[in-house]
Amino acid sequence: MVDIRHGTGEQIGPAEVEDVELYHPHSWWTRYVFSQDAKIIAVQYASTAIAIGMVALVLSWLMRLQLGFPGAFAFIDAERYYQFITMHGMIMVIYLLTALFLGGFGNYLIPLMLGARDMVFPYANMLSYWLYLLAVLVLVASFFAPGGPTGAGWTLYPPQAVLSGTPGGKDWGIILMLSSLILFVIGFTMGGLNYVVTVLQGRTRGMTLMRMPLTVWGIFTATVMALLAFPALFVACVMMLFDRVLGTSFFMPAIVEMGEQLQHGGGSPILFQHLFWFFGHPEVYIVALPAFGIVSDLISTHARKNIFGYRMMVWAIVIIGALSFIVWAHHMYVSGMNPYFGFFFATTTLIIAVPTAIKVYNWVLTLWRGDIHLTLPMLFALAFIVTFVNGGLTGLFLGNVVVDVPLSDTMFVVAHFHMVMGVAPILVIFGAIYHWYPKVTGRMLNEAMGQLHFWVTFVGAYLIFFPMHYLGLIGMPRRYYEMGEAAFVPASAHTLNEFITIMALIVGAAQVVFLFNLIWSIRHGREAGGNPWRATTLEWQTPETPPRHGNWKELPVVYRWAYDYSVPGAAEDFIPQNQPGSAGLASEEAS
Amino acid sequence: MAVVVILVLVAVGSVLFHLLSPWWWTPIASNWNYIDDTLIITFWITGVVFVAVVLFMAYCVLRFRHRPGNRAAYEPENRKLEGWLAGGTTLGVAAMLTPGLFVWHQFVTVPDGAAEVEVVGQQWLWSFRLPGADGKLGTSETRDITPENSLGLNRNDAAALDDVVIEGGELHLEVGKPVKMLLRSVDVLHDFYVPEFRAKMDMVPGMVTYFWLTPTRTGTFEVLCAELCGTGHPQMRGTVIVNSAADYQAWLSQQQTFSQLQAKAGTKETAQAGNAAPAQ
Amino acid sequence: MSVSLVFLAVILLIAGWWLAHQRLFSKPWLEVGHTHDPRPHGPPVIAPAQIGLGVFLVVVGALFTLFISAYFMRMASTDWWSTPMPRILWLNTAILGLGSLLLHAARVTAEQHREETSRTALIAALASGLAFLAGQVFAWSELTDAGFLIADNPANSFFYMITGMHGLHILGGLFALTRVILKTRAGPIGEKGVLSITLCATYWHFMLAVWLVLFALFSGWANDFVELCRQLLT
Repeated sequence: MVDIRHGTGEQIGPAEVEDVELYHPHSWWTRYVFSQDAKIIAVQYASTAIAIGMVALVLSWLMRLQLGFPGAFAFIDAERYYQFITMHGMIMVIYLLTALFLGGFGNYLIPLMLGARDMVFPYANMLSYWLYLLAVLVLVASFFAPGGPTGAGWTLYPPQAVLSGTPGGKDWGIILMLSSLILFVIGFTMGGLNYVVTVLQGRTRGMTLMRMPLTVWGIFTATVMALLAFPALFVACVMMLFDRVLGTSFFMPAIVEMGEQLQHGGGSPILFQHLFWFFGHPEVYIVALPAFGIVSDLISTHARKNIFGYRMMVWAIVIIGALSFIVWAHHMYVSGMNPYFGFFFATTTLIIAVPTAIKVYNWVLTLWRGDIHLTLPMLFALAFIVTFVNGGLTGLFLGNVVVDVPLSDTMFVVAHFHMVMGVAPILVIFGAIYHWYPKVTGRMLNEAMGQLHFWVTFVGAYLIFFPMHYLGLIGMPRRYYEMGEAAFVPASAHTLNEFITIMALIVGAAQVVFLFNLIWSIRHGREAGGNPWRATTLEWQTPETPPRHGNWKELPVVYRWAYDYSVPGAAEDFIPQNQPGSAGLASEEAS
Repeated sequence: MAVVVILVLVAVGSVLFHLLSPWWWTPIASNWNYIDDTLIITFWITGVVFVAVVLFMAYCVLRFRHRPGNRAAYEPENRKLEGWLAGGTTLGVAAMLTPGLFVWHQFVTVPDGAAEVEVVGQQWLWSFRLPGADGKLGTSETRDITPENSLGLNRNDAAALDDVVIEGGELHLEVGKPVKMLLRSVDVLHDFYVPEFRAKMDMVPGMVTYFWLTPTRTGTFEVLCAELCGTGHPQMRGTVIVNSAADYQAWLSQQQTFSQLQAKAGTKETAQAGNAAPAQ
Repeated sequence: MSVSLVFLAVILLIAGWWLAHQRLFSKPWLEVGHTHDPRPHGPPVIAPAQIGLGVFLVVVGALFTLFISAYFMRMASTDWWSTPMPRILWLNTAILGLGSLLLHAARVTAEQHREETSRTALIAALASGLAFLAGQVFAWSELTDAGFLIADNPANSFFYMITGMHGLHILGGLFALTRVILKTRAGPIGEKGVLSITLCATYWHFMLAVWLVLFALFSGWANDFVELCRQLLT
């Protein structure tokens, strides 16, 4: 280790950082389509994710129509309904959230925020996107396959996922679904290697780990987790594919299906659930950690104040990442596994609430005595905190094993995970798009359309998912095509369902405004300039906006952490990370 | 400013909704009111935290929103404050977890002398089995399932012969008597769920899962399946009736045992076999 | 899942050890204006490609560990009969080991600028890789001929699936190796060439290690070992 001396102001020239060899595109095709530039790949990832996300949005409308007005739409039969919920869930969790946070924001922000010219393996990065696209196409193909897509629920639990009582179980649906996931995992691994090695090796001179913006911390930790967790999904998919296609019995016990004895025997459905949730729970944090990181930076920038307790924030990210690997079975409290596991997993699950709560406190304390600009990114960040706190707290119900017993598999669970890993991360995605769009395109998104989009989305989403908890408390199970008559469900609950459906239609419609804004502002948005938010991090200090291929003329050198906002004695209320000099020395008093 | 109003509305509105809305759990009919109590504790603790955080945010936005000439304070961290908050959170979490674990211990510890009842799930039907006069459930095997023996009971097991079999009918339980529900599935995952009992558990083909409860009031309750089991999932309903001891015995005496059912099927079978014999 | 958890614990220990050297307890807001970068100046000591391969091997390790975890969990079921080991697997193991040695030799000779020897070793390694795959396919056909079909028994299913997965990884390695052979086929082998050969060699050693573990697993030795660990723990 190099000895660290404090107070000696040695200046280093940028030449000491080895320049990476860049791939230079020779044609329009290699520049914009088969591009190896992380920024283009990021836009490709984001566009594909948003496009497939719109499919998921329409599917959610269809399922809500059935739930709100059962039987009113003849074309939504039970089979289609289960196909809609399955595809909606899978698309949102894997193909939208994971892909957009890691493939989209990861690709765009990691090299720029770290002062690198590009990812370390641009070719693998390009392959990563094309495999992702292929995975999406295979997924879409299942809509057109005979028998339609799988309707096994996004958890794909065997044996029903591969039996004829489930749509797509004995047709192509489940096969295409599993194949698509396998492709996704392979593609992600290529991208993930890039993100990790770029953080390890691509940081510019002076960019120590503790000077990295929390966005990079979040994406980096999430990627490491994903690299370790996705193999479990891969293994589960391969084994189920064997069961379905080759007739093996990994997950298939002796089964009498509709009166007929099947050839399988001895397999364990619980084994699949262990594998699935060994991936599935870290997956929640794979989505959440980048959101945590990004929202920290949004709050800090737009409140003109350093993020409160930066070190604590970093430790919390790392601790949450590590802990999330030993809580997976809290999804399985009532699965029939050894009930004594419940003690262990309830304890670990509730322990993870402590670092998560600390992150929430630190966001809120960053607002305290700040200079809060109520810009669109800030509004979305505030809305994120509200929804995340709400969804996180209901997680304490479900994590506490005995409270989970009545609530599991009810609408309470649906409301909980939509609030905490649906609405909350998506609000961050919106905030982040309003924040970084000016860097990607050079123009601001339209403010009026943005305000409309924000208010309808935030208020509407809260009105959808907050009351939904109470449907679960009544005892209404999830994944019911129709509730029908039941003594314990009051008639007013059906009214509530109608209300939720109408809100869902309105919130969905608001996203069309957002999409229009995204396209309209490319040409008609206000010119943004290089650093419209007066932010400190490196991506705002590029010589050109949008940054050209290679990002920098000369690699930047980093002299300070990412949060020098409102430093006492400094002329401006922000000091970019690459600004040398001792303008921040006054900060010593504040420690 | 609209944000401040909305944040306050969210906090206050959520609490009012919780207190005033008609949507609450259905009255309990089992001994698991401990579960309800733990849930109430959790509601209180989390509710206070939620309201506190959201109102604090609203105050911050109101008080520290940008006005020309404002400048934010500079405060990288405050270890003491963070320590207090972390400590307080840990206490709150412990306050929820501790009673939860105690109740869970009860939940997984079946009392001695609990009567055994078997529930068998199949797409999309509930069947039940009660031990006969010997008080013991006989062995069963999915492989032995035939149209005549739909639960796959072992014909060579004496304990199985006197078992009471209720195929697709209603299950009756005796009020005040602890009962251990043994859960089995012959095809896919199901989940035996009676909202009034609070307890539920998945039924997994290839294994027997269980939970226990003591019904505390008589009445008729609906059984639902709570684990997605194919397109008929929402139609998979059944009925549990909790009876007084006398009513329960009256009902039980009318039920048929496995051997009686076999004998009935046997006469039908021999008749059919007789018809089919020439073809062989 | 205990095998996977042990693997994860090892990875987390390594990650923790690395993080411990990253000054996570420093106060970055106080360290302004001068470098506090603990990294040595100049080009990185370890090439990014080597780190990348290392991370990739962790992912591959996680994959096979999960397969092994599933193997042990499924094994607890009563319908399990071990699959006999075709004798040719011993030969295949030797061939894979030979490939590893050859690649090691290719690396050493390339470093010593003995280009011709290095090239020969690379081609021999490629041949040994192909021979290994052929041997594996032969083992499969021997098993199927003997009546051990994939769907008959979970032990068979696991055998075909896991050896197949390992074979696919070897196949991928052979593609990379072919590319390296084509790139270094003429002239002196430069620094980049040596790096490529080193990467191939590392990958091969790793896949050999994975194969040895799998071999122990299928032949039942791993069970005894796991049983021993279990007894030590309880």
